[in-house]
Amino acid sequence: MSRLAKLLFAVVLGGSLATTLLLEASAQQVAARSSGKLGLGRPALPEEIKAWDTDVRPDGKGLPVGKGTAKEGDVLFQERCASCHGEFGQGVGRYPAIAGGIGTLKADRPDKTVGSFWPDASTVFDYIKRSMPFGNAQSLTDDEAYSLTAYILNMNDVIKDENFELNEKNFASVKMPNAAAFYGDDRETAEKHFWKKDPCMKDCRTAPKVIGRAVSVDVTPDSKAGPKVD
Amino acid sequence: MSGKPATDILNRRRFLGAAGLAGTGAALGVASAFAGAGGKPDPLITEVQDWNRYLGDGVQSRPYGTPSKFEKDVVRRDVPWLTASPESSVNFTPLHRLDGIITPSGLCFERHHGGIAEIDPADHRLMINGLVDKPLVFTMEDIRRMPRVNKVYFLECAANSGMEWRGAQLNGCQFTHGMIHNVMYTGVPLKVLLDEAGLKPNAKWLMLEGADAAGMNRSLPIEKALNDVLIAFAMNGEALRPEQGYPLRAVIPGWEGNLWVKWLRRIEAGDQPWQTREETSKYTDLLADGRSRKHTFVMDAKSVVTNPSPQAPLKYKGRNVLTGVAWSGRGTVKRVDVTLDGGRNWQSARIDGPVLDKSLVRFYVDLDWNGQEMMIQSRAMDSTGYVQPTKEELRKVRGVNSIYHNNGIQTWLVRADGETENVEIG
Repeated sequence: MSRLAKLLFAVVLGGSLATTLLLEASAQQVAARSSGKLGLGRPALPEEIKAWDTDVRPDGKGLPVGKGTAKEGDVLFQERCASCHGEFGQGVGRYPAIAGGIGTLKADRPDKTVGSFWPDASTVFDYIKRSMPFGNAQSLTDDEAYSLTAYILNMNDVIKDENFELNEKNFASVKMPNAAAFYGDDRETAEKHFWKKDPCMKDCRTAPKVIGRAVSVDVTPDSKAGPKVD
Repeated sequence: MSGKPATDILNRRRFLGAAGLAGTGAALGVASAFAGAGGKPDPLITEVQDWNRYLGDGVQSRPYGTPSKFEKDVVRRDVPWLTASPESSVNFTPLHRLDGIITPSGLCFERHHGGIAEIDPADHRLMINGLVDKPLVFTMEDIRRMPRVNKVYFLECAANSGMEWRGAQLNGCQFTHGMIHNVMYTGVPLKVLLDEAGLKPNAKWLMLEGADAAGMNRSLPIEKALNDVLIAFAMNGEALRPEQGYPLRAVIPGWEGNLWVKWLRRIEAGDQPWQTREETSKYTDLLADGRSRKHTFVMDAKSVVTNPSPQAPLKYKGRNVLTGVAWSGRGTVKRVDVTLDGGRNWQSARIDGPVLDKSLVRFYVDLDWNGQEMMIQSRAMDSTGYVQPTKEELRKVRGVNSIYHNNGIQTWLVRADGETENVEIG
């Protein structure tokens, strides 16, 4: 459609939708109009990038130089982590279990832990380094993060030898048991039948019966338990 | 509803008592006003009220306005047993007390992984590094000098309705569907920022990282980043709320809320996804065969009737307004159908208000109710032809352990006394 035809089409359509189409610039259009440099921002210095860029990928990219064993990690874990995750990684209260659960993913109540579920070992290191211990993030040294990662992998039988030294050179060779069980989003093919031309409007099913009630489960918080706003 | 003046509740009790004595068999009103219905004049009309005689507060007594004190039960609520600590937890938008399509900023549900970061915008920095020609650091003042746009988008947590996979659990649409809000954002297209740094040709993914105590990080495909992602500093016309990422957050239209990194401090360009904790151990969908889908970013079309619902029962026979909201991460909502008999027969609801891309729409059925039991459901259809499935259809393809992306059709049972509950039907 030519530009004029588009305009005419919009006018004929009338109403708020057409107006919206004409008035709202898309993010791409605004970006295109500002093409060329704005001259805003300043170069990030190498020290600044080093301070913030701590992320680690499955191929080992981003791993800092360092090392640690499960044996060293055990000591640290009992001191810094066990109050939430339990002495053996079994979890305390509603804090997550991080060990065990192997073979439960098809069970009625799957137990998704680092060993039973997580596809990549690098995630353990990345997450410990950026957010653990809960409430005192980024307080661990690189060697401590290696030791804790080694201990967690040892609890999950991924690293068998507690004296095995995990470091930036051998890290990417660690393979997780459930890695092959992940695949990309395929909803648009696997659930293609949810795209329907004419969903049923009349006499679509037999008389429904109530087969479950939330009030029987009785886990809804009382409205009085809401936050006070006074 | 406790938001009503006490006199109304008293009058209602009196009326209900009288109705009981008269043996009508239904504890429901028909008339629209209780006082005056019995032929006696309403003192709220015949007597001068305090607010009608004495001066109220002057200007500037409320320099930042808040809702009326009679609305104090319209608040976000949490489910304490759901999470280990309030700093890594979620609360829920009171959908049953809202109308239109915009969620007021103070009622937008919260999901934090390390509490609310309190950041002075003067101390906030945004870094872009990785596969770029020139790694850059921006201040908030830099960002406010860039071309900006205004867009209304819904944000739904992928775990919204996640407690309902095994059957009806929580009795209220606030709890079953309240991990959603719909807000007008003001922000800079991410492409503007990326152009400034200059993406290298092999940059295929970005990692977004927050400045909070969780250092929240997620990978984002570059096609989406260049298409419609915004870096927003305002919501509903004013600065972002601290709970929503003040001073800067990512807006990823139509995609799961976890990607909308709050307190955004860094964007790294790379050639593959990072496989962070939030995109592997969480926000992946475990299916019945033990395998898991990952990178399930798009939010499927979904809808819910917000009134009546368990927290908002029907109080009157006769005229009532049935209403709800619908949305789709794939485009616009084309149609919403409503059934009153548990899915046997459907009618198309009236959509009112703006119908925008990847935004909530508001729908209504103006209803005459004769006091018969109803099983109410709503079914959304989007611009791609996707039709919201029943819970049964969804469980058939996903099992019950996937936690995330539960967009199955919700059933509310309205009993003869107007009380409404969350049920599962078969």
